[in-house]
Amino acid sequence: MFDWKWDFAFEILPRLLWATLNTLLAAGIGYGIALVVGLVFALAQRTGNRPLTIMVRECVEFIRSTPLVLQIFFVFYVGPQIGIVLSPWTAGMIAIGLHYASYLSEVYRGGLDNVPKGQWEACKALNLSPTDTYFRIIIPQALPPSIPGMGNYLVGIFKDTPMLSVIAVAELMHAAIAVGSEHYRYLEPYTLVGVIFLAISLPTAFGVRWFERWVRQSLGMGKQHEN
Amino acid sequence: MQHYLAFLSEYGPRFFEGAIVTAQQTVLAAVLAISIALIMGLMRLSDQFFVRWAATGYIEVFRGTSLLVQLFWIFFVLPLLGITLEKFTAGFIAVGMNLGAYGAEVVRGAILSVPRGQYEAALALNMSPTQRMVRIILPQAFLAMLPPWGNLLIELLKGTALVALISVTDLMFHAKQINGSTFLSAEAFGTALIIYYLMARLVISPAMRAMEDFMARKMGRT
Amino acid sequence: MVRFANVTKRYGPLTVLDALNLDVNQNEIVSIIGPSGSGKTTVLRMLMTLEEIDDGVIYVDGTPLTHMERGDELVRANNAHLRQMRSNVGMVFQHFNLFPHMTALQNCMEAPVRVLRLSKEEARHRASELLEMVGLADKIDQHPSRLSGGQQQRVAIARALAMRPKVMLFDEVTSALDPEVIGEVLNVIRQLAGEHSLTMLMVTHQMGFAREISDRVCFFYAGNIAEQGSPDQLFGNPENERTRQFLSAVLDAG
Repeated sequence: MFDWKWDFAFEILPRLLWATLNTLLAAGIGYGIALVVGLVFALAQRTGNRPLTIMVRECVEFIRSTPLVLQIFFVFYVGPQIGIVLSPWTAGMIAIGLHYASYLSEVYRGGLDNVPKGQWEACKALNLSPTDTYFRIIIPQALPPSIPGMGNYLVGIFKDTPMLSVIAVAELMHAAIAVGSEHYRYLEPYTLVGVIFLAISLPTAFGVRWFERWVRQSLGMGKQHEN
Repeated sequence: MQHYLAFLSEYGPRFFEGAIVTAQQTVLAAVLAISIALIMGLMRLSDQFFVRWAATGYIEVFRGTSLLVQLFWIFFVLPLLGITLEKFTAGFIAVGMNLGAYGAEVVRGAILSVPRGQYEAALALNMSPTQRMVRIILPQAFLAMLPPWGNLLIELLKGTALVALISVTDLMFHAKQINGSTFLSAEAFGTALIIYYLMARLVISPAMRAMEDFMARKMGRT
Repeated sequence: MVRFANVTKRYGPLTVLDALNLDVNQNEIVSIIGPSGSGKTTVLRMLMTLEEIDDGVIYVDGTPLTHMERGDELVRANNAHLRQMRSNVGMVFQHFNLFPHMTALQNCMEAPVRVLRLSKEEARHRASELLEMVGLADKIDQHPSRLSGGQQQRVAIARALAMRPKVMLFDEVTSALDPEVIGEVLNVIRQLAGEHSLTMLMVTHQMGFAREISDRVCFFYAGNIAEQGSPDQLFGNPENERTRQFLSAVLDAG
């Protein structure tokens, strides 16, 4: 019943590992977009401009509450309809980047809200400029509590890259489907995909926890701090 | 606008059909996810090493790999091992098992968030371990886990869109089909996105909030 | 030095300060006492521009704090004006509000470098002198989480002084401290007061201390000054019934 073929598994492994590089690349680029755009989303909601705040808030809610796979299709197919042809990679990176930007903006928001009001007041009392207030005082404090959330979404974006296979981005899942249909064997490719994902996401999750502790220590903040 | 109304009147019924299937998938997967989450969450807190270890293994495997991979594995690989599931069943089982792993951590966290004094008080009243858990700890933990479950259920709804990839005829599946036959991509996918959004914002979120209010009132915490 | 002219502050339907008039002279030390909710802290927070003014004008050194003169009219000040005016005022908070990710020294150097544009050496020199003055020469490289409450509050005082303000505000600076460390913070303030080169406004519950160092004490009740006078007069021979009640209540308790 359990007819696992080791020789077949080893035969296809190199091809899957090559595709894994694309998966990592996709996750990396997508995450980079998400980090920056997410910060823009978060700060746009703090400008004090109400229409802008509400508009950004609604966009974030919309993106967060609808399926990523559908968003990937949307970006990929709507482009040509309005005369912009996007490559699968471009469309995929836009869709996944925006999706996770909306998640990350919530993480940033939480981190910023977490900084006690007294810190803003102290900055004002010391006459620090808004830029110095954000970059020297507030963001360094908002960062450590945001790291677990940011880390979870790093692992999350990595695990969502298989959805890019629906528009034929040549990542790991796409390769596994291709291998499976060439050889009419799905047991080995799909199982290996699972194993490869586990082998990457478990250590990453562990590394994120370690990194959080390291940042806290290097900023001289204990696990909890008064004031 | 005119054009979009014409589109809607032509394809509205198919979107509706798809939405019904999506709703069925969501409800079935949610029931499964909640059951798994409760069982695995409690197992994670067991003093038996093996029980704890089994739950940890389940949670790490399902959280460490992709839902899409799990779905394909359950649908394409399990039959090779002698377990053949119909696509509709495979769909909600994959989604439910995946979200159940995330839910288990929520359950565990909520139970641990109940103040230690509550265990001690129940122990001091000589309640049995089961009584302590069922009568004292779980009701309080339940209140704490409702808000994160609201988010998880939206993730679950979004997750069901993947079952279209094994040809379950849900909302996503119909959107793809309509796109394929009309090339009206913005209309086809846009409409589906809006329906998903409405299901999340007008059904799941309000229902969860009502449940939170109800539970909070019931426990005298308003 | 500081003048409140008919200053009113409301939070929704609640009037916290009701047409307050208060003059503080240069180098004068004024203590503000009174029951909670009487608007004491609001006075300091408005002076630090942490709260907006609903009515009236505050003058610091003769210049309107949150208004600008345009022709004959007073209009709301722009940010440049606010920043200019804020440089006159320093504040020490009840909960210290030290920057947790910076050492004591960095806390005291941050604003001098960033705002006053001092060189790092100059700022470090100034900061270490001040930290020495508050008795923390050996703690300059510690983060706030490693310091006791009293030590944190002394760093906060040094941090405010490093900006060389003309007016120092102390907002219940000992209320969040354990009893045994209150003395060390009061000693620092006592020392500052002794130099008589700083205008000081302080909200406090330490009646003995207020009596000892103040030139004048104001008793706040329901959003305004119910009684003010020299410490001996106000504590020794209060004229207002409310003042008498308040003083007997806090002196009995403490």
